[in-house]
Amino acid sequence: MSIALRVGAPRIVPTRGIPYPTGDPSLAPAEERAWRRRLVEQALHAVSTAVKEPTVFELEASTHG
Amino acid sequence: MTRVVHYINQFFAGQGGEDAASSPPQRQDGAVGPGRRLGQLLGPDFEVVATVHCGDDDASGRPEAIEEVLALVRQCDPDLLVIGPAFTSGRYGLACARLAGAAASAGVPVVAAMHPDNPGVEEAGTAPVVASGQVAREMGPSLERLAAAARVVAEGRPLTKADGLIAGARRLVGLVDEPAAVRAVDLVLARLAGDRQATEVPLPRFDQVTPAAPVDDVTQATVALVTEGGLVPDDNPDRLESARATRWLRYPLEGVEALGSGDYRSVHGGFSTVWANEDPHRILPLDVAQDLEAEGAIGALHGAYLVTTGNGTSVGNARRFGTEWAADLRRSGARAAILTAT
Repeated sequence: MSIALRVGAPRIVPTRGIPYPTGDPSLAPAEERAWRRRLVEQALHAVSTAVKEPTVFELEASTHG
Repeated sequence: MTRVVHYINQFFAGQGGEDAASSPPQRQDGAVGPGRRLGQLLGPDFEVVATVHCGDDDASGRPEAIEEVLALVRQCDPDLLVIGPAFTSGRYGLACARLAGAAASAGVPVVAAMHPDNPGVEEAGTAPVVASGQVAREMGPSLERLAAAARVVAEGRPLTKADGLIAGARRLVGLVDEPAAVRAVDLVLARLAGDRQATEVPLPRFDQVTPAAPVDDVTQATVALVTEGGLVPDDNPDRLESARATRWLRYPLEGVEALGSGDYRSVHGGFSTVWANEDPHRILPLDVAQDLEAEGAIGALHGAYLVTTGNGTSVGNARRFGTEWAADLRRSGARAAILTAT
């Protein structure tokens, strides 16, 4: 996340790990898919929101990985 | 009489917009479009003998295009090649910069104009580039600066910052009074005194990307999935690199029901791909994007995904991929993209 901010990506949704940006192998398959859906929904919210500078759209209080 | 050839893109040549972006290199006698004003500004000692133009996609995307443009230019036996202004147009700027670099290498006197933020600036090599405005509305003052710079180049004099030079500065050998050790200590002292700017070696500037306007209504928009996670069909048919990628690829999603393990894999060389290969949706969220499309939460899912490998990729290539992706997505009607980054 700090890298995305540093290079100036305009809209950033933090995820749980470099090797699986839209997944979380620690979850059961159905839960993982639900987590992925929340990430994509948050990304759709981000592209629908006006930003002036690199902006993080958090999904949870603390992110792993 | 100084013989000038002017290079512009298909749009300024009046050939059309995106619909004509793949038009091949062409030459017309005399000045065309902004070249007419350029000719007036250059005055009676100059003549714009020909205009060469090319579609933005062709000029920036087809490897042989720049050589073909240069060949058309050289057939006119010009004393000077004037290029642009390209403002902040990405593909146009890349084409202008590469043409300027190729002309300079071939010994053709040349000057180009574009905005300092144009991604082309860094591809001009040793060819001189002067600053233009950001958008075509600033054509007038941009042409005045370009014409003034063209006159300097035609006289065989080097351009300087005072002429608006932003790339192609020549490295000149000079003598300084103090040895390096003294200057280094002086710089440390300046830094300690609070001067954050003093340097003898200015570092390259990082781009600042202006965020795109938000999508008005995502339930009506076509949304694309793109990734730098190196996800390709399992046999990697186009040999995408695992590091230092020099290209990007487009693979269809229409008719793809799921990214099955064994059907797709990541060739990214910068992380363990075990999890991605177990379930490629961990790199490209096709499954839930299809759900959202079926439920009407997005207007449509774009019928293809774009992919490269973001691993030690050069800034120049990354900038080019970004420019080309934006153009490719815009042409295909996508209004938003979700880029999964590893």
